[in-house]
Amino acid sequence: MSFRLSAEPLGGAPLDHPEAGGFVTFEGRVRAENGGRAVERLEYEAYVPLAEAEGARILEEARERFGLLDARATHRVGVLEVGEAAVRVEVAGRHRAEAFAACAHIMDRIKERVPIWKKEVFSDGEAHWVNSGG
Amino acid sequence: MSRAVTVEYFAVLREERGVEREELETEARTPGELYEELRERHGFRLSSAQVRVALGGEFARMDAPLERGAQVVFIPPVAGG
Repeated sequence: MSFRLSAEPLGGAPLDHPEAGGFVTFEGRVRAENGGRAVERLEYEAYVPLAEAEGARILEEARERFGLLDARATHRVGVLEVGEAAVRVEVAGRHRAEAFAACAHIMDRIKERVPIWKKEVFSDGEAHWVNSGG
Repeated sequence: MSRAVTVEYFAVLREERGVEREELETEARTPGELYEELRERHGFRLSSAQVRVALGGEFARMDAPLERGAQVVFIPPVAGG
């Protein structure tokens, strides 16, 4: 189980576990528009040590709550173009029910708790920090 | 009583403050008081109710005691994913 930040495009071998029958992967990508405005790019930054620690806690809590066999998440930092993957969550469970539920749960917690921020830069040149104004 | 602390800034706070980190002396007894002091000095838009704080790399309460040498990070509303 690991929660990692990455300055490089997300990659790596898929999760594997001999007792797992259900593997679910979620990938969040940069959309071309937001609120009717054309997006140029997103700029992500993180308070790395706490982001990794809090991300690890989220995964451990999910492992216990859903009875997972394994879970992993990777989140980009840096400048992302439209279409690029910003976050990937992978879970392995004995069965699909807990794998699907856990993956969604983990994504919700990441968005709520992990100290990562994104600046949305629109094609018209305006930019703002999502959730913070400015 | 004045104490030396280190403050690290991210996202909108980093842009408003103009630096990523600074060492400063403060009379503030809590991170909340420190934030109010910095907000007044630098014109931060976010209120102290809108930011969280980390001390020594872990989430902390805004009314936690602020110790000499504290490593303070003010955390604007997060937006991962």
